[in-house]
Amino acid sequence: MIWLLALTVWITTSAGVYLALSRDVFRCVFGLGILGSAVILALFASGRLGSVQPAVIPLGETVLRDAANPLPQALALTAIVIGFALICFSLVLALRLIQRADTDDSVALRMSEPIPTDPVKPPYNGAEHEPALPTTATPTPGGAA
Amino acid sequence: MTWLAATPVLVPLATVVATALAHKNPRLQSALSYLGVVAFLLCMLALVAAAHQGQPAQTVFGDWGVPYGIEFYVDRLSASMLLITAIMGLACLVFMASDADTAEPRHPLLLPLLHGVLVGVAGSFATADLFNLYVWFEVMLVSAMGLFALGGRVDQLDATFKYFVLNIFGTLMLLMAVGMVYAATGHLNYSALAQAAPYLSDWMSILLVTGLLLAFLIKAGAFPLFAWLPSSYHTLPAPVLALFAGLLTKVGVYAVLRTAGDIFAGSPDLIYEALGWIAAATMLFGVLGAAYHWDMRRILAFHIISQIGYILLGVALASQAGNAATLFYTLHHIIVKANLFLIAAIIWRLSGDYDLRKIGGLYKVKPLLGLLFLIPALSLVGIPPLSGFWSKVLVLQEALAQGQYVWTFVALLVSVLTLYSMVKIWMEAFWKPHPDKNWALPHNTRLAPAYAATLGLAALTLLISLNPQPLIEYAQAAALSLGAR
Repeated sequence: MIWLLALTVWITTSAGVYLALSRDVFRCVFGLGILGSAVILALFASGRLGSVQPAVIPLGETVLRDAANPLPQALALTAIVIGFALICFSLVLALRLIQRADTDDSVALRMSEPIPTDPVKPPYNGAEHEPALPTTATPTPGGAA
Repeated sequence: MTWLAATPVLVPLATVVATALAHKNPRLQSALSYLGVVAFLLCMLALVAAAHQGQPAQTVFGDWGVPYGIEFYVDRLSASMLLITAIMGLACLVFMASDADTAEPRHPLLLPLLHGVLVGVAGSFATADLFNLYVWFEVMLVSAMGLFALGGRVDQLDATFKYFVLNIFGTLMLLMAVGMVYAATGHLNYSALAQAAPYLSDWMSILLVTGLLLAFLIKAGAFPLFAWLPSSYHTLPAPVLALFAGLLTKVGVYAVLRTAGDIFAGSPDLIYEALGWIAAATMLFGVLGAAYHWDMRRILAFHIISQIGYILLGVALASQAGNAATLFYTLHHIIVKANLFLIAAIIWRLSGDYDLRKIGGLYKVKPLLGLLFLIPALSLVGIPPLSGFWSKVLVLQEALAQGQYVWTFVALLVSVLTLYSMVKIWMEAFWKPHPDKNWALPHNTRLAPAYAATLGLAALTLLISLNPQPLIEYAQAAALSLGAR
């Protein structure tokens, strides 16, 4: 059983990482969602798989016997709720981003980066401080016009 | 006094609810917001006082016993971080009343989300439960993303997406690591974990601590996963940016210190060795990134990364003196960094741009602003007698005592390059004439609250600078209780 779960986690993680590395913004979000599910499955296994009995103490007894460990279930539930909220937010975010930016290619999404053509050089500080440039234009290599 | 330990979360959470309910009335919202932050500050002062007397506030929710219930435990380390959180919240709120890059008119959800960030940050500092820490990280992340996306400009959405992807990856790694820690030890509570840690085999403890540290290092903006920070922070309005710059990465740093310096304090040397090299690389690449840019906010954002390197170096030294230096450095750095961002916003208001190539001439018309800038700027570099000097002395003294000459050399080199960046801002924004011949100071600015906030933070820096001994003693006392559960 644990090996089956391990295999599931492995496949889910691979799928999630593969999608998250995609250039497509939506695939990236879906990939992170799937990765989240893989992590939750792993979290579930942290309490050991054994019993399938619910973690409820029978009437008249004070000790929980032969039941599944309730703590990982609680952790997984919390993580599912948080993950669900985050995925909802990120889907709306991705939708808005694609609408506003007119592209879903994450390589083309460079709105918050410096402009690539921005020459990183010291500012213009008056003509007298500029170095003297050669008057003749240097020929371009290869002789192109 | 058990209720006191829950105030770091309860007070800002109540403020979130109150400000959200008052979203239709901006004045009421501001008033409630101030009320909440001042109450928060007073509670944190009480927590610091309690922790300093050696009676850390503690509460376990739901009447469960200590290792089973979710525990809040505010020792000296947590208490000082909580106090600085409250101070930052107040400074940010005061600054917001000015018109220096504060994205007016204010969005009705700005204040609730801002307090939401405070809830997440304070919860992470106060909790003593690993899974609970993950929950507070998520609270912080959700509120922060809300603040990023609030403006709705396309560059802000792009920044939100970048912030989201790398940070969600970090929290997923954290969740995975928490699962592995629980599977290996059967505990999530810090003290119970600290007691269980010595019984782990070497490779198991390397695996667990590496998993946790990787997640926290992404959050802290350490090399090589810091790309999210400089590409997103500059799209925020200035007061929010200052709050984020001061606090968010420091939560990651705090978690690193808690993990490597406290809970798993006796981890194999390999972890600390690796952390030291990561710290050195973080310092170096952060400062090199800053040297490239001309936008003040980008320069300062890269300096966050570079300073994170110094702080991590303190953790990597794995000694009491190293941990004390880390705490001292973190507290000094939060104040200085937030102040620099706020002053950059004042410069923007007066001279019209964040790009250093397009501004100048401020020293001629506002010489005292130059002085105000120099206090945090030179403190960041580490010029004596400012607070940055003392924190660097503490870290490097310990590094030299342990014979880590390479790391010390990198740290000193990075100091020089930091000086280069600060001098660049000084020369360009203050010293050189304004490139636009017709430029004049703008009239009808509303900068009094901005000056109040920055002067307050500068006064705090000077206080630490001229009288560092009480804070150093506090940090040493805090380090003494780390790793000794």
